[in-house]
Amino acid sequence: MDVKSALFYLFAAVLLFAAFRVITARNPVHAALFLVLAFFQASALWLLLKAEFLAITLVLVYVGAVMVLFLFVVMMLDINVDSLRKGFWKHFPLAALIGTVIALEMAAVLMGGFRSTEPAAAVAGQAVAELSNTKELGKVLYSQYLLPLQAAAVVLLVAIVAAIALTMRERKDSKYINPADQIRVKRNERVRLVQVPASAVQPAPQAAVAEETKA
Amino acid sequence: MISLGHYLSLGAMLFALSVIGIFLNRKNLIVLLMAIELMLLAVNMNFVAFSSYLGDMAGQVFVFFILTVAAAESAIGLAILVLLFRNKSSINVDELNTLQG
Repeated sequence: MDVKSALFYLFAAVLLFAAFRVITARNPVHAALFLVLAFFQASALWLLLKAEFLAITLVLVYVGAVMVLFLFVVMMLDINVDSLRKGFWKHFPLAALIGTVIALEMAAVLMGGFRSTEPAAAVAGQAVAELSNTKELGKVLYSQYLLPLQAAAVVLLVAIVAAIALTMRERKDSKYINPADQIRVKRNERVRLVQVPASAVQPAPQAAVAEETKA
Repeated sequence: MISLGHYLSLGAMLFALSVIGIFLNRKNLIVLLMAIELMLLAVNMNFVAFSSYLGDMAGQVFVFFILTVAAAESAIGLAILVLLFRNKSSINVDELNTLQG
């Protein structure tokens, strides 16, 4: 067994272990961290397959952005784990049966059907190997797949708008004033004129004068 | 030497594990989202393996697009999760019966 096979088996074993821990971990924070480990192993496997750009993208986008988002959400919510774990193993026999059937059937077909161990460069000629993986991907992405690329950009924009629109809420202590309401205000909404009746009798100064003359 | 079948079998096992995860964590919405991420990872693994062994770049382009869509999906999913927790103080799937479905 050469080094490459040994590395494949190592990364695959750790990947499957991490995936198993993701689905069985009691604490959701641990599940998220094991998912990070799984993504790192998958990235290493893609490096073995000479897909360097996607391996780095997986680490940057998933571990750097999506999993940090997951961790933020998990730590922000106060989750009662015990009520969620009730009856956790109830459907395990059915689940394990379905899982093993899927894995065994697919492995039986795939291991029989795809025996080729020749790497791509030897099959498709040396033209593939001359360029770097990133340059090769970029050439295809910006020529043949230009329209899907822009559609993907629109999808990301929609995701940004949707995520902000869903989670934004108005602050209750905000001092914000709507300028349109300020302009549209009428005079009698702001000023109230009060009719004060003029008082006719003012006896006090006269009384003082009278006292003065007495003295 | 590692053949294409090894990578495809790894993808199948990963997919089966995440199916089991969806069965087990049917109440915990956040682990359900993580299991979906694992499923997408298994599919991406198959795409990259085929792309590498058949010498066709189209597979890696598709992985790129799947990564984009998965990032958007998890962002919106987590936003809905936060909104749900704010309104019901719980992420238990069993309690999400407002629509009487």
